[in-house]
Amino acid sequence: MSDTALHNPNPTGFAHQFEDLEQQHEAGRLGMWIFLATEILFFGGMFTSYTIYRALHLPSFIIGSHLLEVKFGATNTVVLICSSLTMALAIRAAQTGKSKSSIIFWLILTMILGALFLGLKLRFEWYHDYLEHIVPGFGFEYRPEWGSAAPQVQMFMCFYFFMTGLHALHMVVGLGILAVLVGMSARGRFTSQYYVPLEISGLYWHFVDIVWIFLFPLLYLIGGRYTIGGH
Amino acid sequence: MAGHGEHEHTPHVVPVSTYVGVFIALLAGTALTTAVAYVDLGRWNTVVALAIAVVKMLCVILFFMHVKYNPGLTRIIIAAAFFWLGIMICFSMSDELTRGWEYNPLPWNPGLILPYLSHFRF
Repeated sequence: MSDTALHNPNPTGFAHQFEDLEQQHEAGRLGMWIFLATEILFFGGMFTSYTIYRALHLPSFIIGSHLLEVKFGATNTVVLICSSLTMALAIRAAQTGKSKSSIIFWLILTMILGALFLGLKLRFEWYHDYLEHIVPGFGFEYRPEWGSAAPQVQMFMCFYFFMTGLHALHMVVGLGILAVLVGMSARGRFTSQYYVPLEISGLYWHFVDIVWIFLFPLLYLIGGRYTIGGH
Repeated sequence: MAGHGEHEHTPHVVPVSTYVGVFIALLAGTALTTAVAYVDLGRWNTVVALAIAVVKMLCVILFFMHVKYNPGLTRIIIAAAFFWLGIMICFSMSDELTRGWEYNPLPWNPGLILPYLSHFRF
């Protein structure tokens, strides 16, 4: 207790302009949700253009979707869901006044799972796609079996790389935020009274998870996998 | 221990069992959406996949993101975000999908298109 007081003279992080801590926390949460609302529309622009071009060129999108490996997409979905659970448990550890090593444990576990997601994506998907010559702008090659659908297959791969790339960029930012949170935890900044940075960073992390929940079926599972080869 | 705050802050702590239950539901949803993709449901494949994704999203928002325990203002922000997303998608699609009604196979050429337009009374 004296140790905490020495390093952190204001253990609740209470700012004087608020009525009480509850109001301060709600203001923080609300601000984060407004930011996430803009993020929904940011990703929404990509989902909208995806929807339009999918409606116009469905056969090409089915061929493109079948170039992706469902097993890696599904594995990464599971990895992200696990990381959402560990993030929720990190916040819960702070809420229930657990030791800082407990909070750091769950945060590091979340970071490991986040890094695992990016590692799997880079090593088994993007690098593999590069070797297969299906990365637009990096030696993309039309295959004869695509026929006249080929140009829009390349467009599907553009959507795939931009949407998963933007999602991966959010993951990298999330890992940076988690690293800052680990540092704050190590300095004993979080108590059962003050854990708003953890909570709103958790909101961001879960939001990125939700984006992937939609990307997985929309990119990997178009038109069903029963019609291998499209058409 | 209440610090400078007037009142003791008591956060709503979600039991671990709830988190684990939501986690299992999300894993089940992932397995289901993957399995359904291998069954031929025609155009319903997309509907089912999106329905499962929406249910998974609600699980994450309500429990992991604590919206179930948050004040109504948070829900208004979320509803507004999705309302605007709906406007963006629906209006864009209603434009795009109705363009084929007057299909014009000619390339843009004012000399050819303007006489064609003169059939309409503006």
